[in-house]
Amino acid sequence: MKVFWKNANLRLKFGLIMMGLFIVLGFIVPLFPHVNPIIYNTFAKNLKPTAVNWLGTTALGQDIFWLLVESLRNSIMIGLIVAVIGTTVGVFVGLLSGFLGGFADRALMVLTDTFVVIPSLPILILMTSLMKGQASIIVLALTLGLFAWAWPARQVRAMALSLKERDFIQTAWFSGEGAIQTVFTEILPFVWTWALSNFMNAVLVAIASESSLAVLGLSPANLPTLGNMIQWSRERNAILLRQWNWIGPPVVLTIILFISLFLLITGYNEYQTMKRGR
Amino acid sequence: MKAWKYIGLRLLTWALVIWIGVTFVFFIPRAFPSDPVETMISRMASMSGSMEATQVEALRRQLRVQFGLEGSLWEQYTTYLRDGLFGFNFGPSLMNYPTPVGEIIGRFLPYTLFLSVTAVIIAWTLGNIIGLLAGFRKNKRSSKILEGIAITIYPIPYFIVALVLQIVFGFILGWFPMTANILTTADRGAFIASLLRNSILPAISLLLVGTGWWIISMKSLASSVAEEDFVQYARYRGLSERRIGASYVLRNSILSQVTALALSLGGVFNGSLITEIIFNYPGVGKLVQQAILSSDYNMILGTITISIIAISTATLIADLIYPFIDPRIRYS
Repeated sequence: MKVFWKNANLRLKFGLIMMGLFIVLGFIVPLFPHVNPIIYNTFAKNLKPTAVNWLGTTALGQDIFWLLVESLRNSIMIGLIVAVIGTTVGVFVGLLSGFLGGFADRALMVLTDTFVVIPSLPILILMTSLMKGQASIIVLALTLGLFAWAWPARQVRAMALSLKERDFIQTAWFSGEGAIQTVFTEILPFVWTWALSNFMNAVLVAIASESSLAVLGLSPANLPTLGNMIQWSRERNAILLRQWNWIGPPVVLTIILFISLFLLITGYNEYQTMKRGR
Repeated sequence: MKAWKYIGLRLLTWALVIWIGVTFVFFIPRAFPSDPVETMISRMASMSGSMEATQVEALRRQLRVQFGLEGSLWEQYTTYLRDGLFGFNFGPSLMNYPTPVGEIIGRFLPYTLFLSVTAVIIAWTLGNIIGLLAGFRKNKRSSKILEGIAITIYPIPYFIVALVLQIVFGFILGWFPMTANILTTADRGAFIASLLRNSILPAISLLLVGTGWWIISMKSLASSVAEEDFVQYARYRGLSERRIGASYVLRNSILSQVTALALSLGGVFNGSLITEIIFNYPGVGKLVQQAILSSDYNMILGTITISIIAISTATLIADLIYPFIDPRIRYS
C-alpha cells in the first residue's frame, strides 16, 4: 500500500482522494438521521441557505443538501451497476469469442459490432420513452448496460487473440490445464488491469447517459439523480428566478465528479504504463 | 484479389449491422404494452368531444394500416423493411397528421446539418492543430495550457457544458439568445441573420466539447510519431521544426483522424440531440424530442432508422478509405 502510494502519480492520488470524498458524501453521510428529501413541503419553499437547510430549499419545499446527497448516491449506484454489467459481460463475451474462434467467434462479433455501431442514445430514448419514466433504478441500469458491453467485448477479444498465441498459454494447454482453469489463472491477470480502467470509464459514461436521459425527461420520475435534480430545477425555472443555490450544487458536483473520475482513469493508466516500464 | 475479399466482407458486415439494428428498432416498441393507435384515438376523442362507436372502429382500422400495425407480425416486419429501409417511407406522422414522416424530417434536417457539420469540421481542424502542437512540442507552456483546458472540459457531460454556457452567456451576460427563435417566415436577409445569431451559442458548446476530444487523440498520435526514428533523422538533417511538424509528424498522424472525422460526421444526427433540446434549436433532435412527448412512433422509428444507416455507412466509408490514404495498411 505504502509502495503504491509512493509510486502513484499526482492525477491518480487526486482522483483517489476525490472519489473517496464522493463515496463518503454519497454513502456514509446518508447514514446520519435526516429528512426524506423527496417529500414536498417538508420546509418552507425557496429558502436561502440557513443553519438548518445548509443549501436552502427548492420551490417544492425540499431540503437541497439532502436531495443532493441522495442524488449523488443514486447516480454513483447507476454508474457502478452499469459498469459491473458492461465489464463482466464484455470480458466474458470477448474471451469466449477470442478462444472459441470459428463460427461462434464470427457470430458473436457481428452481434458485438452491431451494438458498437447502433446509435445508443436514440434506442435508449425509444426504450425509456416506452417505459414512460416509470422504470426503477435496476431497470434503468439494465437498459444502459445493454450498450455498455460491446466495446469491452471487442477489446478483450483482441487481447485474447494475441494472448492465445503466446508460449505460456500453449504450455498451459499442453500441461493439461482445462480451458476454464487456463482462462482464470493465465488470461485474467492480463485482462484485469485493462478491465479496471474500462470499469471506471463505464461508470463515467453511464452517469453521463443517465443525465442525458434526464434532460429529455426520460429518467425515472421519482428517482433523485444528479441529472434529474438539474432537470427538475430547470423545469421550475430556477435559472430565470436566479435560484443558484438550487441548480448550482448539482451542476458543480457533477463537474467535479467527472473531472475527478477522468483524472483517476488517466492517472491509473499512466501508473500501469510506468509499472510495465520498470 | 485480397482487396476484393476485404471489401466484400466489409459490405456484408455493413448490411448485417443495419439489418440487425433496424430489426431491433422494429421489435422494441412492439414488446412494450402501450399501443400508439389507442393513444391517438383517445387523444382525438378528447379533442372532438364525443365520437360514435362505428366511427371509432373505422378510424381504428384506418390508423392500424397507416401505422403498419395491420396483419401478422411477420407481415408488419416485411412491410417495414420494404417501405422504410428501402423506400424511406415511414408512414404519416402522428403529431402532424397526415404529413409523411420523411417530409417532416426533410424540413428539419438542413438545420441540424448546418449546425453540426459546421461545428464538427471547425472542431476537427482546431483540435488537430492544437493537438499537433501539444504532442510535437510537449514542453511549450502554451501547448500545456491548451491541453489542460481540453482535458478539463472533455470529461464533463455535454449537457452540463451546454447548460453552463446557456446560463452564463445567454442569461447572466445576455450576449446571445437563451433559446433559439429563428425567423423562418421572414425574408432571406432577416432569416439568415437570425439563423446565425441563434446558432452561435449552440455551436460554441459543440466546439468546446468536440475540440477537446480531437486535441486529446491528436496529441497522443503526434507524440508517438514525434518519437520515431525518421523524425530524429529529419532533425539531424537540420530541417526546421516547422517543416518537421507539418510534413513529417502531421502527415503521419492525421490519417486515423481522417477516418475518425468520417465517423463523427455519421454521428451528427445523434450528437445534435441534446444541443437542440437545450437551446430549442429547430433540428432533427428537437423533432425526436417532440415525437417522444407525443408518442409519435412512426416519427421515432423513421429518425432512428435513418440515424443507424448514417452511422453504419460512415463507418463503412471510413474502413474502406483507410487503406487508400495510408499505404502502410493493406486489406486484411
